[in-house]
Amino acid sequence: MNGEAAIEVRGLTKRYGGRAVVDDVSLTVRKGEIAGFLGPNGSGKTTTIRLMCGLLTPDAGEGHVLGHDIRRAGRAIKREVGYMTQRFSFYEDLTIEENLNFVAGLYGLRPARKHVADTLAGLGLTARRHQLAGALSGGWKQRLALAACIMHAPKLLMLDEPTAGVDPKARREFWDEIHRLAADGLTVLVSTHYMDEAERCHRINYISAGRLVAKGTVAEVVRDAGLTTVVLEGEALAEAARRLRGADGVDQVAPFGATLHVVGRDGASLRASAERVAAETGSRMSAAETSLEDVFIQLMGDAKDTGR
Amino acid sequence: MSRYFSLGRLIALLAKEVIQMRRDRITFAMMLGIPLIQLVLFGFAINSDPKGLPAALVAPTQDRYTRAMVTALELTGYYRFTHPAASAAEAEALITRGDVAFVVTVPSDFGRRVARGDHPQILIEADATDPSVASGAISTLGTVAAEALLRESGGEAAAAEASAAGIEVVVHERYNPEGITQYNIVPGLLGVILQMTMVMMTSMALTREIERGTMENLLSMPATPLEIMLGKVLPYLGVGAVQVTVVLVAAKLIFDVPFVGALPLLLLGVFVFVAALVILGYLISTASRTQMQAMQLTFFFFLPSLLLSGFMFPYRGMPEWAQVLGEIFPLTHFLRLIRAVMLKGADHAGVAQPMAALVLFVLGLSALALMRFRRTLD
Ligand SMILES: Nc1ncnc2c1ncn2[C@@H]1O[C@H](COP(=O)(O)OP(=O)(O)OP(=O)(O)O)[C@@H](O)[C@H]1O
Ligand SMILES: [Mg+2]
Repeated sequence: MNGEAAIEVRGLTKRYGGRAVVDDVSLTVRKGEIAGFLGPNGSGKTTTIRLMCGLLTPDAGEGHVLGHDIRRAGRAIKREVGYMTQRFSFYEDLTIEENLNFVAGLYGLRPARKHVADTLAGLGLTARRHQLAGALSGGWKQRLALAACIMHAPKLLMLDEPTAGVDPKARREFWDEIHRLAADGLTVLVSTHYMDEAERCHRINYISAGRLVAKGTVAEVVRDAGLTTVVLEGEALAEAARRLRGADGVDQVAPFGATLHVVGRDGASLRASAERVAAETGSRMSAAETSLEDVFIQLMGDAKDTGR
Repeated sequence: MSRYFSLGRLIALLAKEVIQMRRDRITFAMMLGIPLIQLVLFGFAINSDPKGLPAALVAPTQDRYTRAMVTALELTGYYRFTHPAASAAEAEALITRGDVAFVVTVPSDFGRRVARGDHPQILIEADATDPSVASGAISTLGTVAAEALLRESGGEAAAAEASAAGIEVVVHERYNPEGITQYNIVPGLLGVILQMTMVMMTSMALTREIERGTMENLLSMPATPLEIMLGKVLPYLGVGAVQVTVVLVAAKLIFDVPFVGALPLLLLGVFVFVAALVILGYLISTASRTQMQAMQLTFFFFLPSLLLSGFMFPYRGMPEWAQVLGEIFPLTHFLRLIRAVMLKGADHAGVAQPMAALVLFVLGLSALALMRFRRTLD
């Protein structure tokens, strides 16, 4: 068994009604690493996470999570993993404190009272502990769920879009917390749709239509995509954008405030097209860094071509 | 902490379930309200010994024997002759429409036959679509008729007395030849009420978690199927205990239902029955995805058990195959048990068979439920 890998799965496949929702996914997450899990809606992120924490049985593939076989040792995995579901799945008709008591009881935490009190204090919810969980705002529900699933000090956290609907400050605090936990040796797999969050991950995995299509550090993913990006600045950007769409070598055209991002796989013909349009519309063209978002948009476009 | 069972985890599950139950005001109120309302409703409907039921009299010759007969019938309080001089055809129409519950026919040679000491006959046709209505009125008939004629013939010859005793009352219970007595129903009602509330409530228990999405979270935590099942089932067992107490106390206080057997034996039987029911409900909830499905499955089970268990129709009166089918419902065995204990005063040995059947249900259903339980979201 690989002592360094917290997650190591090969060829994971899950079919629903004959359609492979997760298709031959192989994934390695090292201990202490923060791994990002990205992909468009319906690409199979949640399903993959469920497969890895023993909530679904794979149709094919195998692997180990924290050294436990995902097919056979579901119980052991559940004890050592903290899984935060995408949809709030604590009890809305229980108070915050009752929910935490429930979790503490299920994991057999001793003394339960102290664990719960500490968690409440950490959340800053001590004063509101008798409030029904269902009455919390969306962002607070997320925070409660996160606090509940790290209460039993798991070795691995699987977070499914933990910051959806959370305000920027709370999001920042959340990520600071994640990094602090990772520094203490916790491994984190986190799915997200936010680019800034992806960039705070040590490594990212991009899944599209059930297939893992890109992985590595952000820099690696951007480099491997092999994209060229130029920006246009000027007065007649709308006209420039119109002319660039569908032009030779141009795959993406996106206005960003006063600039126009133009991205393409074929660098030479992209530059040629951009120079021509820049001259026609009196804009200035300059080379630019390809961003992670550009890469993802490109990958999504590719997935559409292959069909879902 | 053992691998498969931990008291701590079970307590956490129980506490959660009880809090949820308590907070769901309407359901909680219904758990206690339904049995009381049903008992009072059905109890009174059954308990009121119907009197003054409308009757038609077909008597071509109104001689003194006939009049004595009619007076005697009216004096029982059951008969109220709303149509004292009906023709046979009119009477037929009246009973068909349901305007009268009885048609009393005194043949034209009645008086002569009484006088002669020949076997006199009167015919009473009863609308027995609701048999409990008719049964009380009919059960008193024989003696009433005999006494009436005895009185009428007064101190006349001993021959007359003999002939009066030989009077033949022919009763036709129409539309429903079976009779159900109230003693049969009240203990049965306990079984039916328990079955309805227990199975329904428990069958929702797991599906509610699936519907609300909390199942995913629950399954991702280290609770075992046995703990989850007990966590769901035990609180409802408690509710069942409360229901039983309410129904039994009410049956005693309000309806004065006879109770000749041993209470501990009855409670033991009830306990095993309720255990079978909640586990059955749990089994249903492992087989359904939504609360609606669970509800439908519950009713799919509920109706046949009501009809085939012997609650509605006498069990021994059903065809062989239906009796075999009836054996698969816990209610059937419970009815045998509770009727034996409450009404016949049966002891342990007397109810060994239904008790064993109920225990088998508990064990079998538990095993099935644990097997059916999905540890995953597949
Ligand atoms: N139980 C199920 N039965 C049938 N299809 C399912 C089931 N669960 C998921 N799917 C399908 O599998 C695909 C992947 O779903 P999944 O929830 O894993 O996507 P996701 O990447 O998490 O999406 P999102 O970003 O919207 O959360 C979807 O097309 C979904 O419709
Ligand atoms: Mg998802």
